[in-house]
Amino acid sequence: MIMAVNSQQIADRQAMEKIINRYPPERRFILAIMQDLQKHLNYLPKEALKMTADHVNAPMTVIFSMATFYKAFSLVPKGRVVLKACDGTACHIKGSNVLIDEIYSCLGIKPGETTADGDFSLETVNCLGACALAPVLVANGKVYPKVTPAALRKIINEYRGQDNDSNTSE
Amino acid sequence: MTQTQVNNPDKRMILVCCGTGCLANGSGPVYEAFCHALEGNDQFEVETFAKATGCNGLCEKGPLVKILPDDITYCHVKEEDVSEIVEQTLLKGELVNRLLYRDPATKQYYRSHHDTNFYKKQHKVALRNIGEIDPTAVQDYLDRDGYRALKKAVKTMTPGEVVEEVLKAGLRGRGGGGFPTGLKWKACASTDDPQRYVICNGDEGDPGAFMDRSILEGDPHTVIEGMIICAYAIGASAGYIYVRDEYDLAVKNLICAIEKAKKCGYLGKNILESDLSFDIEIVRGGGAFVCGEETALINSIQGNVGEPWDKYVFPTEKGLWGHPTVINNVETWANVPVIVNFGAEKFASIGTEGSKGTKVFSLVGKVVNTGLVEVPMGTTLREIIFDIGGGIQNGRKFKAVQTGGPSGGCIPENLLDLPVDFDNLSQAGSMMGSGGLIVMDDRTCMVEVARYYVNFLASESCGKCVPCREGISLLLEILTRICEGKGTMEDLDLLESMSSTIQQAALCALGRTAPNPVLSTLKYFRDEYLEHINNHRCPSGVCKDLTEFYIDPELCTGCGRCRRNCPADAITGEKKKTHVIEISKCIKCGECINNCKFQAVKVK
Ligand SMILES: Cc1cc2nc3c(=O)[nH]c(=O)nc-3n(C[C@H](O)[C@H](O)[C@H](O)COP(=O)(O)O)c2cc1C
Ligand code: FES
Repeated sequence: MIMAVNSQQIADRQAMEKIINRYPPERRFILAIMQDLQKHLNYLPKEALKMTADHVNAPMTVIFSMATFYKAFSLVPKGRVVLKACDGTACHIKGSNVLIDEIYSCLGIKPGETTADGDFSLETVNCLGACALAPVLVANGKVYPKVTPAALRKIINEYRGQDNDSNTSE
Repeated sequence: MTQTQVNNPDKRMILVCCGTGCLANGSGPVYEAFCHALEGNDQFEVETFAKATGCNGLCEKGPLVKILPDDITYCHVKEEDVSEIVEQTLLKGELVNRLLYRDPATKQYYRSHHDTNFYKKQHKVALRNIGEIDPTAVQDYLDRDGYRALKKAVKTMTPGEVVEEVLKAGLRGRGGGGFPTGLKWKACASTDDPQRYVICNGDEGDPGAFMDRSILEGDPHTVIEGMIICAYAIGASAGYIYVRDEYDLAVKNLICAIEKAKKCGYLGKNILESDLSFDIEIVRGGGAFVCGEETALINSIQGNVGEPWDKYVFPTEKGLWGHPTVINNVETWANVPVIVNFGAEKFASIGTEGSKGTKVFSLVGKVVNTGLVEVPMGTTLREIIFDIGGGIQNGRKFKAVQTGGPSGGCIPENLLDLPVDFDNLSQAGSMMGSGGLIVMDDRTCMVEVARYYVNFLASESCGKCVPCREGISLLLEILTRICEGKGTMEDLDLLESMSSTIQQAALCALGRTAPNPVLSTLKYFRDEYLEHINNHRCPSGVCKDLTEFYIDPELCTGCGRCRRNCPADAITGEKKKTHVIEISKCIKCGECINNCKFQAVKVK
């Protein structure tokens, strides 16, 4: 088990190095590097920030202030299922707040939070360009149109179900 | 095929809309199904192929499929429908009636989307190619006058003449401020510093608009061409496109377009054998609203935190890396090739005295036809919402239309005949902004809308200056209080005085315009604020603490729709008998009122 974690860590490190080395060691690429790291790892672990700082030769404070300023970044791991509730204007007036409340009553998480078991994270996003389908919910990249509270419960159960499946298959 | 075939009868194209809305509705598999059905199929008389295009605007009816040159439009096309379309339309030349656009009012079927009210009143300039071309094929763009304006500029005009042309056209920036584009270019070109830059602002921060995304996804070359023309006009050597990282498809299509433009010799060294050398780099934004502000955006490109600087020096003088910089919005860039191609006069013949050309709007909210529309400046709000948009959904009542995004305001019914342009909207206490048009009905609470925008701005304030950081938080606190029924009359005065302080003292336009949603709702919808404060009632049934729904026994037919749609099982009643809502179980989601066909569910 410990072996597995270590080899995972080594693999992660190698992947991070590869991503970082795609960019010249200039400060103006900090944003791009962190975006790619975030995409790959789902969040920015401290090690990733440190490696970025070393690469562009900037103090950690600079990297840290960038990582906290831009909304795209998360410093904590996200859940296995990332729910993105569109809270763009059109979705908002069509009841995205009802959905956000419902997610709270089903899962106990508010925007920016992750369930204790690490299963679900909730984020709110701005207009996805699909306002005709408001309110829109995205679960792990899949877009759900015109989501009602009833449909929402189904979606959550669907992903919960998947969890059980993957547990048994492991 | 008996119908007349226009332009290119030796080819037939199936254009599948793959804009964000249609993709979410499942147009991906439809496109694949067409490719599959057409591949190796030798039954066709003419060459037939499928293309994935950008957004057509009529997202409500998606996935949309257009067949050219026959000019047939099919709506809500599903994967299963593809074989029928191939059999009936492509092989036999017959229409599949059930997939045609049907006018919701007249119930009439239309063969082509061009005949519908939604399209008839539109005038496409910035969106001219979107939905008509495959954004990854440079040839498609070339076939529709692409890069002709660049050739014309470089080969037949001096840089000064290009600037004059844009100035004469009266083009004003589409990113919000409405600053004359030609003036900006002129200011930049007349500096002494020979190192100059061009930037495209594709940060699109307005949480309710998606036209820039649509243009970048559906017609990336027009933005690139606009930027190259500017580079020629002002003598710039490098350009940057700052685009939101979440806009995956836009980033992908831009990368592809830049590569192809390089291959064709429109980017790189000695463009079209001239002295002009120009390259474009993409910078992916980190998702911060304030980065749409030009000085913050420049900071962000330089690899810093995206904070704005005090604008006593304009970017046209000292911008990126301290050098003169022209920064324009995506839609502004998309207009440039048209101006150079067809001349300033032609462009200026569209629009109003002070605002020339067209404007793209994201017409969304409680309107029947939701989507992107492009109309001449000066079109009235009524025409946009009722003629093009088809009026309010579910036969409800219009209340307000919000324009200008978080910095804009809400416009009430008695101003619906206002011709929309930069100046009229400002006079009405709102602004053009990036072009969001959010239609609101009697189920939208104006206090809550103000709270929504202020909440958005509070979390997006960069925190650099105190009036914005603390002032907006205070506005939010008060509005939240009112929405919870804890507001007082003094709160209204406090909202007003705080607003004017922020307007005067904030560092950048984010802060200075942040009170607009509050002030405009206070001005036009004060009675709603009073209702919340004095009667502890949200007349629209949105603020949960102040809402109680009930079913009017006179109007209830006992159809059971509300009962079936209630997620909390709070509604009881037998078939054909009056239903009742059990208040203790009600979660106030509003599903009952949204679904009732007889307007029997009411707000107490
Ligand atoms: C808070 C704030 C946010 C802005 N967001 C955007 C934006 O998302 N897109 C944009 O093009 N302009 C935005 N602007 C306007 C830009 O500062 C700038 O005026 C514009 O990009 C200039 O281009 P234009 O003249 O073509 O409109 C914003 C301004 C402010 C103050
Ligand atoms: S507001 Fe949600 S998709 Fe536009």
